[in-house]
Amino acid sequence: MTSLTDKDKATVKALWAKISKSADVIGADALARMFAVYPQTKTYFSHWPDMSPGSGPVKAHGKKVMGGVADAVACIDDLTGGLQAKSELHAFKLRVDPANFKTLSHCINVVISNMFPKDFTPEVHVAFDKFLASVSLALSDKYR
Amino acid sequence: MVEWTDQERKIIAGIFANLDYNDIGPKALRRCLIVYPWTQRHFSSYGSINTPEAIQSNQKIADHGIKVLHGLDRAVKNMDNIKAAYTELSILHSEKLHVDPDNFKCLSDCLTIVIAAKLKDAFTADMQATFQKFLAVVVSALGTQYH
Repeated sequence: MTSLTDKDKATVKALWAKISKSADVIGADALARMFAVYPQTKTYFSHWPDMSPGSGPVKAHGKKVMGGVADAVACIDDLTGGLQAKSELHAFKLRVDPANFKTLSHCINVVISNMFPKDFTPEVHVAFDKFLASVSLALSDKYR
Repeated sequence: MVEWTDQERKIIAGIFANLDYNDIGPKALRRCLIVYPWTQRHFSSYGSINTPEAIQSNQKIADHGIKVLHGLDRAVKNMDNIKAAYTELSILHSEKLHVDPDNFKCLSDCLTIVIAAKLKDAFTADMQATFQKFLAVVVSALGTQYH
C-alpha cells in the first residue's frame, strides 16, 4: 500500500501519546474481540489453558502485542529494518498467516474507537490504519 | 440458510431499535470515503469530496449515508432469508451502480467502528461478533447477483 507521509507519522505519534497508557487494556480487548469475531484465529493458541476474555494468557499476550506496536511507533521511519527480528519470529517460528494481521488491525481500530471516540476521528483513523498496514507489511517481509 | 440464536436476534433487534440513523449513517459513509478513498469513485456527481473537510460538510453524502444505513432494515426484518431479501439491491449494485463488492466490506468495517464509538461499554466482544456476522451475511447477499 502507500507509504506513510510526515503528516501520517505525526498523527500516529500524537494518537499513541494519548492511548499508550492504556496499551495493555487495548491489547487484551483487541485479542478477545478477535477470538470472538474471527474464531479461526484461535487456532494459533490451542496450547493456552484459557482463551476466555480477561484470562491470564489473553491479558499477557495483549500486552506483548501492544509492546510490539509501541516498538513500531518508535521505528516508524524504518519499519522494515526495525521490525526485522519480529518478522523472522512471525515467519519462521509462529507461522501466522499474514491475512490475520489485517484482522487484528481491524480489532485494534474497533477498541481504540470504542475507548477514545473523540480522538479516533476519520482523519486519525486513516493515518493509523495506514500505519498498521505498514507494520503488517514489515512483519510479512521475511515470509518468503 | 444462516442460523441465528435467540441471543443474536435480540442483539441485532436491539442495535437497530436504538439506532440514530441520521447520526450513524452519515458518520459511517464519511469515514468510509476518508479511510478508503477509492470508494469515492461512486460519488463524483455529489459535488466537492476531495478533502476530509469537504466530505464532512457535504449534505448529499450525509443524506446518502442515511439512505444506505436504512438499506440494512430489510435484513433486520428478514433475518431468516436475507439472501432473497437483497436480490433486487444486489442487481442494482451490480448492473446499475457497478460497485466492487469488496467496497461493501470497507463500509461494514467503518460502520462497526462508528457503532463501537457510539455504544461504548455496551459494545462487548459478543455484540461485535453478532453485528459483524450480520453485516457479513448482508454483504454476501449483496454479492449474489454479480456475474
